[in-house]
Amino acid sequence: MQIYLPIAEVSVNAFLLLGLGGLVGILSGMFGVGGGFLMTPLLFFIGIPPAVAVATEANQIVASSFSGVLAHFRRRTVDIKMGLVLQAGGLLGAALGVVVFNHLKQMGQVDLLVKLCYVVFLGVVGGLMFIESLSALRKSRKSGGAPAARRQRSWVHALPFKMRFRTSGLYISVIPPVLVGVAVGILAAIMGVGGGFIMVPAMIYILGMPTKVVVGTSLFQIILVTAFTTMLHATTNFTVDIVLAVLLLVGGVVGAQIGTRIGTYLKAEQLRILLALMVLLVCGKLGLELLIQPDELFSLGVAGGH
Amino acid sequence: MTPLFRLLLIALLSLPAVLASPGRANEREAVVLGLSQNRVAITADFDGSEILVFGAVKRDTPIPADAPPLEVIVTVSGPSAPVTVRRKEKKLGIWVNVDSVLVDSAPSFYAVATSAPFGAVLTDIEDLRHKVSVERAIRSVGAAMNIRGAQDFAEAVVRIRREEGLYSLRPSTVTVDQQTLFRTAIDMPANLTEGAYTTRVLLTRGGEVVSSYETAIDVRKVGLERFLYALSRERPFIYGIMSLVIAVLAGWGASAAFQLLRDR
Repeated sequence: MQIYLPIAEVSVNAFLLLGLGGLVGILSGMFGVGGGFLMTPLLFFIGIPPAVAVATEANQIVASSFSGVLAHFRRRTVDIKMGLVLQAGGLLGAALGVVVFNHLKQMGQVDLLVKLCYVVFLGVVGGLMFIESLSALRKSRKSGGAPAARRQRSWVHALPFKMRFRTSGLYISVIPPVLVGVAVGILAAIMGVGGGFIMVPAMIYILGMPTKVVVGTSLFQIILVTAFTTMLHATTNFTVDIVLAVLLLVGGVVGAQIGTRIGTYLKAEQLRILLALMVLLVCGKLGLELLIQPDELFSLGVAGGH
Repeated sequence: MTPLFRLLLIALLSLPAVLASPGRANEREAVVLGLSQNRVAITADFDGSEILVFGAVKRDTPIPADAPPLEVIVTVSGPSAPVTVRRKEKKLGIWVNVDSVLVDSAPSFYAVATSAPFGAVLTDIEDLRHKVSVERAIRSVGAAMNIRGAQDFAEAVVRIRREEGLYSLRPSTVTVDQQTLFRTAIDMPANLTEGAYTTRVLLTRGGEVVSSYETAIDVRKVGLERFLYALSRERPFIYGIMSLVIAVLAGWGASAAFQLLRDR
């Protein structure tokens, strides 16, 4: 069934969108990532204009994250306090990111920046996570499935302004979470994603949060950051396509529920290896696009820098 | 208002009317045009449209015996807008945009249907004068001379849009009957933009344009499509809030539904 999208001004198959939403929703619920880094390139591929894809994706992430986080709330695996601290940094970062984004848009290099960001961050994050979780998996097998030893005290614990995060079982300074929030916020605005794929590893490896609460907390903080991004896009670029968003999110919210349940059956290390593989796959594909000569050397853009 | 100014104003106002009048005094043949529809409504299930263009040639005097055969060209052109064309080049091992050219005006949609191969119905000079082929319909006077092969950029617009099905040349798709009746069908794809689509009919003999006629097809979003589009432009804040509310409700709804399913 073809459906005409009023803002994107293209006609696409409604079932294709529902399916894409569902698929990305499952991954979103499993890993606590918004799924934007998968969905945005997929939308480009089916012919949605990039500006509309990025803005609408932000709106869809709000829905799938909200759906996912409710399941985590019931299981009490959301560190609300940590989430709020991250969000405070995230909003600041998102605002900074939009400034950088608009600056580069005028120079015609925003596509390159976005792709480079994807390749570099997906590559680094995916690679590190893959190696780490693989060795963790091997270790846990050897010791008969015993939980991995708690992280050692690091520089993170030496900073001032300490705060107790009861759900995470942490007593650390608020500076690292705020900085993580800012960094993720900047990247999220530039790359048009929620930033979960950077947030999740940052929580595990920098803040030392237990994997159990990481997914829920990440979803929780993504909601506000992407809601903020949606409003920015809707009021400045008019590029949020509500029909596209509804189709994606109907599939997405259902998928997120299924994904959250699948996630509970898998071990934390297995989840991390799967997420790492997926991140590396997307990274590889985008990297090839930069390296291989494109079929069409020319590209069209709307004049005037909008 | 001074009399001179008034005179000038009248002259200016009547100028377009003279230019646009379908049957100019020196034309012996004129087009009487029919369209299967003069407006295209973009609804939620819009999936392209086919427009039947048909008509007849009205003439007061008989065709001279030695006149070359009558040929018909039909063009449909979407609203024009400037386009930035960027070119990629390999720098430091990766493909990046290196230079760009602003094409002043390129139609969002352009279809040309002719009654014979294009070269046979229109000479190059007449093409240049009437801007019939898509290459002529695109204007890029502002192309910077310091960029090598500025022409490549305009060609890229044609090539890319042709691949997207937006530009097309359909030679020999207009049927002409008895040098009087003609008809053709123009396919319009699903990815149309809104606006007035200029429809032109040109009559040619021996490659020269002997008569032309112009009308417009109105392409508009209707119903829900129009409502949402208008809301997003005129009340962007409310539109944004609405998008978020829908997102949160859908998220909550799915979660609650799954909860019910599990508890049963």
